[in-house]
Amino acid sequence: MPTDVTPRRRATLRDRPPAALVPLAVVAVAFVVVPFVALLQRAPWTDLADLLTEPVVSDALRLSLVSAFAATSLSLLFGIPLAWVLARSRFPGRSLVRALVILPMVLPPVVGGAALLFAFGRRGLLGGPVYDGTSFLLPFSTWGVVVANTFVALPFLVVTVEAGLRSADRRYEDAAATLGAGRWTVFRRITLPMAAPSIGAGALLCWARALGEFGATVTFAGNLQGRTQTMPLAVFLALESDRGAAIALSLVLIAVSLVVLVPLRDRWLAV
Amino acid sequence: MPPRSRRRLAVLLCVALPLPASAACGDDDGGRGGGGGGAGSPGAAASDLDGSITVFAAASLTDAFGEIATGFEDANPGVSVELNFGASSSLREQILAGAPADVFASANIPNIDQVVEAGEAAGDPQVFARNRLEIVVPAGNPADVTDLADFADDELLIGLCAEEVPCGEFGRQALANAGIRSPAIDTNEADVRSLLTKVQSGDLDAGIVYRTDVLAAGDAVEGIEIPTEDNVMADYPIAALRASGNPGTADAFVAYVLADVGQDILESHGFGPA
Repeated sequence: MPTDVTPRRRATLRDRPPAALVPLAVVAVAFVVVPFVALLQRAPWTDLADLLTEPVVSDALRLSLVSAFAATSLSLLFGIPLAWVLARSRFPGRSLVRALVILPMVLPPVVGGAALLFAFGRRGLLGGPVYDGTSFLLPFSTWGVVVANTFVALPFLVVTVEAGLRSADRRYEDAAATLGAGRWTVFRRITLPMAAPSIGAGALLCWARALGEFGATVTFAGNLQGRTQTMPLAVFLALESDRGAAIALSLVLIAVSLVVLVPLRDRWLAV
Repeated sequence: MPPRSRRRLAVLLCVALPLPASAACGDDDGGRGGGGGGAGSPGAAASDLDGSITVFAAASLTDAFGEIATGFEDANPGVSVELNFGASSSLREQILAGAPADVFASANIPNIDQVVEAGEAAGDPQVFARNRLEIVVPAGNPADVTDLADFADDELLIGLCAEEVPCGEFGRQALANAGIRSPAIDTNEADVRSLLTKVQSGDLDAGIVYRTDVLAAGDAVEGIEIPTEDNVMADYPIAALRASGNPGTADAFVAYVLADVGQDILESHGFGPA
């Protein structure tokens, strides 16, 4: 049992960064910010109000938010148990399982979407029998969007939560167990609260990834306004005909992300 | 694609090897002077053409233009043709942003018109091919689709190209021509290839694509003709570009596409004559 693990944050909290790190950090920030500034510079500010009051925008925004939150909820429901299993239990093939779970992170999303279609499409591995029996079909439905989002976003939650569980001090769990708490009680009362920061961070990453999802969604769920057309799909198609509209839509997506990410990140990851 | 990679290799070698430029690769200046002579008779040995040109062509021209480029190179041994395929709208954006292209072949008129308006075309665009629309269904036509009227059937899974891309615009025109006011569309695909893929896999019951796409997909799909009175013809215009570093060869390539030999190749891929 590791007994000499000191929480890292105590050691670094009051340290000022070494001078060499500062310019590199500035370069990193500029690298991310400059493209956004360029985007703002190209934005059609005078037509913005007209462009953004079109129903296609509100439909896409609503669908994006709903599907990103649904995908995050599903990822929490299934991802936390998976992260626990990967972090705490030992079984043959664990490394393989972990690699498989991370696969959607490295797979081009369009390939992921095609794989989902082969699995859950009308003639898919599972989708075929289900459709024949019940006429239920994931592609071309909002559920299809949620499934595509969950597929690409789940690894972000699992990886983050697993790292959090691994770095958590297990003595508290052991103490609870010796005091008679059952495994479920230990998980609920000790493990989950201790993993809360990593769960929060993982959920945010997961939500952000789902909100921007394009490739898997368009390949698996298709594109229909109000049913499967999320913001990234609307942006992509607007780009075909009207660059100004595409930039306006992107601005909405960026604004919504900032509104959610800035306050929540501070609350959940406060150190 | 072996022909393309061979051309790439040739270009690389020209850059990398210190051979006399005119012998191995040709030089741009030579082509500029004498290109006009070869343009009218592309079948004849137009040995005064040389250099390399880059042709930007709509994705639906991939197979036909691959063959045309090979034929053009064979007829003009000093010339190499680089092909860049993509959505006509993306190619237009790239040209307007200053991409090094010598010829632009678009799948619709508006995209090339924007290039003309920006002053980037050398001369007027000419229509070199036409493409008809067809209904595409999975092999065996499991949903028994017979004509455009089936596109109003809620029970079927129907896909079109998105309105923003030419095949979507034309498909909607054809439906309107056939009197289908409210088609029961389940997805508006971003391009014709992804629509075709979903029909091919059986995830959609029917879609509207170009006849050339149906031919290219082979046995995996079936095409159902749309009557001429409802059908919409897509005109494919081509133009040499003002910024070409090799205008003689660029003009000659355009002429080759418009000549019988180019037209025959296009016809063998399902395109109609201009």
